[in-house]
Amino acid sequence: MGPSIDVSIALISIAPFLAALLAPWIKKFTGPLAGWVLAIIPASIFVLLLGFIGPVSENTILRAGLSWIPAYGISFSFFVDGLSLTFGLLISGIGTFIVIYSGAYLAGHPHQGRFFSYILMFMGSMLGLVLADNLFTLFIFWELTSITSFLLIGFDHSRQAARRAAFQALVVTGGGGLVLLAGLIALNVVTGQNSLSGLLTTAGLVQQHSFYQPIMLMVIVGAFAKSAQVPLHFWLPNAMEAPTPVSAYLHSATMVKAGVYLLARMNPILGGTDQWFWILTLFGGTTLLVGGALAVRQTDLKQMLAYTTLGSLGLLVMLIGFGTKEAILGAVLYLCAHSLFKGAMFMIAGTIDHGTGTRDITALGGLREAMPVTFVAAILSAVSMAGFPIALGFLAKEEIYLAMTQGVWPDLLFLAVLIVGNALMMTVGLLIAFKPFLGPEKPTPHEPHEGSPALLAGPVVLSVLGLIAGLFTGWLNTNLLDPVGGAIYNNVIDAHLYLAFDITNPAVWASIATWVLGGLLVWRVDAVRSALRRAGNAIGWTFDIGFDWVISSLIRTADAITRTLHNGRLEIYLLIVFVTLALVLYLPMIVTGTLPQIPDIPVLTYYEWGAILIAVVGLLAVLFARTRLVAIVALGIQGFAVALIFLLFGAPDLAFTQFMVETLSVIILALVMTRLHLDSKDHREIEEAVRDGVVSVAVASGFAIVLVAVLAVDLDLSLTEFFQATSAPIAHGRNIVNVILVDYRAIDTLGEISVVMAAGLAILAIIRVRARNRFAPPAPPVPAKRRRKASA
Amino acid sequence: MEIALVGLVAVFFAVAVYLLLSKSIIRMLLGIVVIGNAVNLVLFTAGRLTAEVPPIIPAGEYVPLAGSANPLPQALILTAIVIGFALFAFLLVLGYRAYQELDADNTDTMRLAEPEDAPRPPLSY
Repeated sequence: MGPSIDVSIALISIAPFLAALLAPWIKKFTGPLAGWVLAIIPASIFVLLLGFIGPVSENTILRAGLSWIPAYGISFSFFVDGLSLTFGLLISGIGTFIVIYSGAYLAGHPHQGRFFSYILMFMGSMLGLVLADNLFTLFIFWELTSITSFLLIGFDHSRQAARRAAFQALVVTGGGGLVLLAGLIALNVVTGQNSLSGLLTTAGLVQQHSFYQPIMLMVIVGAFAKSAQVPLHFWLPNAMEAPTPVSAYLHSATMVKAGVYLLARMNPILGGTDQWFWILTLFGGTTLLVGGALAVRQTDLKQMLAYTTLGSLGLLVMLIGFGTKEAILGAVLYLCAHSLFKGAMFMIAGTIDHGTGTRDITALGGLREAMPVTFVAAILSAVSMAGFPIALGFLAKEEIYLAMTQGVWPDLLFLAVLIVGNALMMTVGLLIAFKPFLGPEKPTPHEPHEGSPALLAGPVVLSVLGLIAGLFTGWLNTNLLDPVGGAIYNNVIDAHLYLAFDITNPAVWASIATWVLGGLLVWRVDAVRSALRRAGNAIGWTFDIGFDWVISSLIRTADAITRTLHNGRLEIYLLIVFVTLALVLYLPMIVTGTLPQIPDIPVLTYYEWGAILIAVVGLLAVLFARTRLVAIVALGIQGFAVALIFLLFGAPDLAFTQFMVETLSVIILALVMTRLHLDSKDHREIEEAVRDGVVSVAVASGFAIVLVAVLAVDLDLSLTEFFQATSAPIAHGRNIVNVILVDYRAIDTLGEISVVMAAGLAILAIIRVRARNRFAPPAPPVPAKRRRKASA
Repeated sequence: MEIALVGLVAVFFAVAVYLLLSKSIIRMLLGIVVIGNAVNLVLFTAGRLTAEVPPIIPAGEYVPLAGSANPLPQALILTAIVIGFALFAFLLVLGYRAYQELDADNTDTMRLAEPEDAPRPPLSY
């Protein structure tokens, strides 16, 4: 990658983040113009990217990169080819209008500045994602889009539905992102390449590797979660809880296209196999039909559009899976057409909502007088969405049908799926374009009024572009289709797209079939809608309900585990600790078969036996003491016995300390105990006593066995010898134990003294705190004034 | 010789754990004292035993007598005894205050921090 770092490429994905930092202040100073001012950022990115069209169409690949974690081959690198450029142009171009639109749509909202920040951050993440070269740069931007969309969907966080939708989107897309990360790491390990451009040079190798299948599946799961393919589709319609500009941007043109982008990008690397073909076409086709059918079922404008987005994503995934040249070209055209008409449609739906106060299509009618510009924009978008001639949508649909009428019988099945799916989406498009505007006027919450220029700029420009782009087929061929198709197809493509209506072409008949079917559906839409609703009610279960079930079961399981382990009973906690301790002591020796032999009874002198016997008697007396006094005395006995043992085995210092400490302990204990009125009985049921007895014997024998095993090993005496040899000559002390404590380990001893001091202070504090008397709360203080009066 | 102390250590641990598993605060305190002694004895035994020769260098010599006790575990245990006493004293006062405040010495009835009817986690979003 050399020194020729083109800063402008890296800046493309960073500039929106910088703008996001400043957005709230810009909003504060520019007020209602903030949308127009902030739109300068995406607009200039768009213009900058336009400048790349020339070099890219000549198959130049532009790159830029910064070293980041070179040890792991992770760099912050970008590259621009036809595919990333097209996405970049869509993101920045539509983003420009979205920012302008948001300025008007959310005018007066108290958190509008924050909203601009979020949407600019999202834009930066999305641009970074499509421009990324390094796999880990890609992943980071991938997850950033999940996080920023979480913020955007949950923007209206005072409503539970918005919080739920945001959480759901984050769980599904973020979870998919983690699966993708695993896939990318595996891809990196298998190929040794850490960048997309590097992977493209080794295209065709991964398919032969034994890890191909898991890698492919992981990448597909990540892409499907992001691009809302059935069965991971449920989050997308819920995400309509977001403000309309967000829906228009994230859930039509950008965020959900990330999965499509990934699949298109991976097509040369992972595609071309039967598995790839069948997985993508089957899931894509299912999503297309499900999305189309569910869209017709809805009456909320945004929900209708959201489900057609599902259908369109399914269509794109299916085409990428299909993988022929025509299918790829169709996918590229449809991608652009869809981004334009769907972005426009969502903004139109938002403008209607803004102008009338409702989004329910059955409650709308006769708006053509009040909202003429919106009406025209809606018609133009619907023309492209329905795929009527000269619109970009028409070209796309023709190319798609052409792809399906080339070969053998499975193609015909796909063709049928496509015709039905497209007809369903066309129905929705026509309904939205005509139903609210024609017919008698209906009363709406607000007096209907046309949107402001900021609200109309996006819909008008995007819908006009979608319509007239079809007229410039020559420019599209060289500047869009060849580079993008080439990038997906990984081969030179020479597209010969032209606008024609040739009735000898079977693709034209497929289009006509779509229009007829769509027309029929529009005609009988109420019957179709109620039939679909009945079918939905008959099933009664949705993935959305399933999601709630999974999440609440997770919480319930966590609660149950917490209540079992953390049940508020101290003896249970200790029981768990001691059982674990016994297992830790025993298991390693049992597993490795190194349990020590049981040793013989040793030979000791009578006074040594005596000391041990006193200790045992003291301990048993502590255990079975019936009165407090006996327990205290017994505790003293076992302590003094330990001191005696220390004395007998050459540790006089320990013995003296132990004597002192035990004496003090007994005195303090006796002082405290006489002040308490304690039960002398041990509250243990017989089975509890047995359980505790078994556990304590297990722990005790565990320690004993470990100690026996330790004693069987030779003792490392090097430290001891060091202290013995240096104590007198260097430290000038004869009592080696004392020398160790106050000389070699003086800091340690200082710490010990600090602990004792801290304990002493804490004890003092605890005793000094006066007990609150719960039964007689202190009288409220009498105000100073009144007291003075009273005394006077 | 060490083996005898191993047996004693086992008895110490058994008694200490049994006391600690009690619900009565005062018995748990006794258990703390006993388990402290048990651990000290483990250290002492693991450092090997020698009969009656303390690790003290006689006057005029530069090294201790042959066969004198290992000073290292003794230094460690000395620290442990003192710290153990500080802990015991602190816990004793804590138990005393808890008894004064809560009028209970049974851990099952001391549920101020973790009440029996703690609320369930919310299932909504």
